[in-house]
Amino acid sequence: MEPKLKLKKDMLTTEYSLPTGISFWRKIVNKLMTVLVIIAVILAIIPLILILGDVIIKGAPALSIGFLTHLQKPPNVSGGGIANAIVGTFTMVGIAALISVPIGIGAGVFFSEWSSSKISTVSGFMNDVLTGFPSIVLGLFVFVIIVYPTKQFSAFAGGVALSFVMLPIIARTTGESLKLVPTTLREASMALGIPRWKTVLRVVISNGKNGLLTGILLSVARATGETAPILLTASTSIYFAKSIFQPTASLTVLIYNYATSPYASWQTQAWGAALVLILIMLGLNLLVKLTIGRNVAGKRMDI
Amino acid sequence: MGEQKISYYKNSDLSSVKLATKDLKARFGKLQVLKGINLNFPENRVTAIMGPSGCGKTTLIRCLNRIHELTPGAKVEGEVILDGVNIYSPQVDPVSIRRRIGMVFQKANPFPTMSIYDNAVAGLKLAGVRNKEILDNLAEKSLRMAFLWDEVKDILKKPGTNLSGGQQQRLCIARALAVEPEIILMDEPCSALDPIATAKIEESIASLKKEFTIVIVTHNLQQAARVSDYTAFMYLGQLIEFGDTKDIFEYPNNSLTEKYITGEFG
Repeated sequence: MEPKLKLKKDMLTTEYSLPTGISFWRKIVNKLMTVLVIIAVILAIIPLILILGDVIIKGAPALSIGFLTHLQKPPNVSGGGIANAIVGTFTMVGIAALISVPIGIGAGVFFSEWSSSKISTVSGFMNDVLTGFPSIVLGLFVFVIIVYPTKQFSAFAGGVALSFVMLPIIARTTGESLKLVPTTLREASMALGIPRWKTVLRVVISNGKNGLLTGILLSVARATGETAPILLTASTSIYFAKSIFQPTASLTVLIYNYATSPYASWQTQAWGAALVLILIMLGLNLLVKLTIGRNVAGKRMDI
Repeated sequence: MGEQKISYYKNSDLSSVKLATKDLKARFGKLQVLKGINLNFPENRVTAIMGPSGCGKTTLIRCLNRIHELTPGAKVEGEVILDGVNIYSPQVDPVSIRRRIGMVFQKANPFPTMSIYDNAVAGLKLAGVRNKEILDNLAEKSLRMAFLWDEVKDILKKPGTNLSGGQQQRLCIARALAVEPEIILMDEPCSALDPIATAKIEESIASLKKEFTIVIVTHNLQQAARVSDYTAFMYLGQLIEFGDTKDIFEYPNNSLTEKYITGEFG
């Protein structure tokens, strides 16, 4: 019987042949490139390992429970801790987060949901400029607008300076992570008769919240490690501050002061404080990793 | 295409017109996608819009619930009349229109952060309904209407994205039904599904028309023939022919329609 469809003969045969062997040189080049990138990776981690090792070796002897819970002591007096500096750092980062998280998320929503508007493009660019701003300039600015008029170094001024560090990071990461939320989800919500603001709040942000959290934690880590803005705004203190409108100690400024002092005991404590600071940063980064790693799709969320 | 004759809706069906377009034009920037569409959608009937890719059928259906205008650069002219009111008149709030005209999209898009239950009643929960009894009732009712209840009744707390593609699409239908709209728009709801999943969705469409007016976009001729009472054929942004599905498929007036149905192009 005559078949209904006639396949052309060349549709059934393969005209090309598979390559029979990779040339010797290609194998050599392949190996060489692999070795080169491995060397690059090693070179990149060496400084990190050296710094970490150094800080651990020199800082570990200073660590103890008392070191974390006691106030600072004068040089060459045994004991003494950095409790006030730890509290001060957390206070200032907390104030900075209170200011920068709501504003940063708001700006990020604008970057993402109104991305086609001119204002969004321009302010996005300015936001990127602010991200790269030298932090000492931010400190100077706050010094001029808050510290100088009030004649008072304070944790509040430090927090404001740190919020300028955090704000552009939060705004950018929020904007970028919300842009990744599929348009189809926005449309699905709008098609249900949900107003736009509610769609953004309840659907877009809830689907992009991993990115938001990551951005906030990264900016907190960054602010925790800042020295210059705090030096000019919160100064330092050897006591627990009684209010946020007093000079306040911080880990970074304490490290700066102790490390540049001529006293051996302070220098050891500077290493200890550095180790504590690095551990805090490591913790925050680990938290970021855990946040990203968690599968949101598998989690039920109440709306 | 200007001289192509457009056949209007005339037959012995006594169903009233629920939704109509008057000289509806739509653009994306400079690209004119719809070139003046006049179409009536009868109440409690299924109307299929078919045509080759790029003919504007998806844009047309997206104009019917004012979703089209959300795309940057998209513009709409002309009128869409719902129960005698032009939904594009400035006094009309698009949000209230979208409550009355539900939509099912080409690709199933359940909310990934929500459970099956929460997806089904998402429209109500997001609108602020908190009463558990009302939510439970509507979740079950809409999942039943979407022919999904029996498959998910024991796993309501599982994420909606755990379901198969066809189940997800039926979940999206249930989600649209739960806000109790009057019209359901379906934009190629089965284009990504296998024949069995498609059959289930068609089955639910057939029972839904008792309560809703349905508009379905499809480029699958057999599907248009199977599920619809009326069929509109579009080509290059214009309505070529509209009429009884049976008439369109058996006695097309226009030669373009005939060519499309017989598979000469499209």
